[in-house]
Amino acid sequence: MTDMTQGGAPLAATQDSYMAMVRQKRLYSGIAILVFVVLLVSGFRVANDRNAGGFFDGIHRIFDFPADVVGEAWEKRADMAGLLWKYLPDLIETLNIAAVATLLGAALGLVLSLLSTRGMARWPVLIPLFRRIMDVTRALPEIVVALVLIYMLGGGPIPAMIAIALHTAGALGKLYSEVNENADLKPVDGLTSVGATWSQKMLLGVMPQVAPNYLSYGLLRFEINIRASAILGFVGAGGIGYELRNSMAWGPGRFDEAAAIFLLLFGTIVAVDQLSSSLRNRLSEGAKQ
Amino acid sequence: MTDASLSMTDRQDAAQALFRRKRLVALAVPAVILLYLAYIFVAFDVMGLAGRARLDNAMTLIRDTYSYKTHVTLNNRTGDVTIAKEGERPATWPEGQSPDWVAIDGETVTIDLPRGHSVLFLPDRTAVYHHPEFGDITAKLGPAVTIDIPEDELPEWISYSRTRLDIRTEPGRLTMTRAKTEVFRYFFGWELFWFTLDSPYHGQPVWTLLFGPQIDADRSNIAGAWQDFWANPLWHHGKVAWAIGETILMAFLGTMGAALVALPLAFLAARNFTPVVVVRQLVRRVFDFVRGVDALIFTILLSRAFGPGPLTGALAILLTDTGSLGKLFSEALENVDQKQIEGVSSTGAKPLQRYRFGVIPQITPVLLSQVLYFLESNTRSATIIGAITGGGIGLLLTQAIITQKDWEEVSYYIVLIVLMVIFMDWVSGLLRRRLIKGGGH
Repeated sequence: MTDMTQGGAPLAATQDSYMAMVRQKRLYSGIAILVFVVLLVSGFRVANDRNAGGFFDGIHRIFDFPADVVGEAWEKRADMAGLLWKYLPDLIETLNIAAVATLLGAALGLVLSLLSTRGMARWPVLIPLFRRIMDVTRALPEIVVALVLIYMLGGGPIPAMIAIALHTAGALGKLYSEVNENADLKPVDGLTSVGATWSQKMLLGVMPQVAPNYLSYGLLRFEINIRASAILGFVGAGGIGYELRNSMAWGPGRFDEAAAIFLLLFGTIVAVDQLSSSLRNRLSEGAKQ
Repeated sequence: MTDASLSMTDRQDAAQALFRRKRLVALAVPAVILLYLAYIFVAFDVMGLAGRARLDNAMTLIRDTYSYKTHVTLNNRTGDVTIAKEGERPATWPEGQSPDWVAIDGETVTIDLPRGHSVLFLPDRTAVYHHPEFGDITAKLGPAVTIDIPEDELPEWISYSRTRLDIRTEPGRLTMTRAKTEVFRYFFGWELFWFTLDSPYHGQPVWTLLFGPQIDADRSNIAGAWQDFWANPLWHHGKVAWAIGETILMAFLGTMGAALVALPLAFLAARNFTPVVVVRQLVRRVFDFVRGVDALIFTILLSRAFGPGPLTGALAILLTDTGSLGKLFSEALENVDQKQIEGVSSTGAKPLQRYRFGVIPQITPVLLSQVLYFLESNTRSATIIGAITGGGIGLLLTQAIITQKDWEEVSYYIVLIVLMVIFMDWVSGLLRRRLIKGGGH
């Protein structure tokens, strides 16, 4: 085609410029990959130097501790059922922390997201303010809030719950406001025309459209929050993480308890993951119909 | 006719039943949630919170975040007076110097506090607290602490026993024990954030530092000021910067390592690339397993082998995210368009070339956006893992909280962490837009 319309010489020029572009692109990708590899290798070396034990010293010891734990748990396998039963209340506390934090966080995130979506906001002037509130609560790692609250409120599940709920509010608020932006505003207009208040418009005009997506994101967050709640327990906020740290602190002799807790935690996470993913599938298929 | 009306009533009944069911759900769901919250209210002992909460701790924390105190300490054994911000050694005034609100005249020391309050240290271990409304409180340390107050009843802001006197007022605080008599005065701000008192640059305006005459004979102003700022013995700016770098490093190594491990494994877990069911199921179960074990457990296990530090944290992130990324990648691979692969193979491409030119360009945008998203969220995880395994800004934060006195440092770290996460969020968003736009063309 080009040959016919432009003649031989322009074709060669086009080919040259195309090849030059290809070469340039290859050069850029090559440089990008080189920079990436250099970053990765030097990063690994820095991390290795600053670690207490080096990677190559530790790599052959990696299974020593799991072997100790499994070995001890196997020796005392008769007591395992009893230990699982003993730590069940702590597991329930961890789950409760995650569940309440997800509920409260989702409620707060919902309000924040509605207040920061154009077309739905109660006070459109304050949209940037509510967005920044979500940014900051999302950026705060749970552990920061939890440690400060443990100092002020004492140990126990409440500091962990508040910390996770705050982070959840920010994270879910952002996802929810993306959902809101795709919602149809016609029902809201209709409700406005009959003189509905803001909360009525949101409850009757927006909620039915977005509820399946909200629920699906909330379930996903619940999975994440179970892990967070276990970690916060480890720094002193009660629940199964706290018991795990205690049993680890005892050292050999109590590893059967650590094994029981590992088992409970692993089982719960896998079970909740499966349950929530099948629920989410049903929700998204229901939304499509 | 009758048939149609019958079906009409049928439909009406069905609609009514549906309405009833919906109404029931609309009432039952909030009721169940309320019941659950009521149970939590009891289970978490929310009523007991008032008893457990330490309001004084909260007050100290809030006060410390925006103000600092300067200690004027009289050693009751040697008679020496030292003045130090927050009582820390690097923030001590040099011998013979004092701020303008402290006047030292032999053994008599006058300390002015705001709102007309003042404290006088007299010879013979005597201190006088002058309160403009209440009057003068004279305390003397003999074999025990004795006090002389203008009223008979002790006001609630004085706590007194034979071994200890503690006067706390809004402008300041005086404590007297056998070892020392100490006055605190509160000031707004973070103390000595830029330079400590022993640095020649302390108290110099920015203008002088940049363009003024050379202050220190050995170093140029800007270099010297940077050195003293970076090595500030109270705030450790250099150490904090390292810690933040370590946290970001953990997130970077963990995420990129996980992506590199997960990509080849994802081919084995994708239905259209691995027809062998056993292999596919095996790889998928491995993904589920490492995802389920969770970063907490990996951190504990790995720190036994590698000791605390950033490498342990990076490996824990790597292992957990191999599962998550592997699952996402294999889903992306199952959605690739076969036509491009057929096109590439029609030119006689070998399997590796088919993957390189037929598959990778299709999934690159999805992979990159997932990896960058994980990088951002792992910055937060790395802070948390650092607090458990001992590395990065997470460790500094937990240490500062455990000492329970450097709350201004805690708030400094919190601000830095929030900025770091927001920065990584911004970088990842920027790269995502750049690379994916570039990849799409």
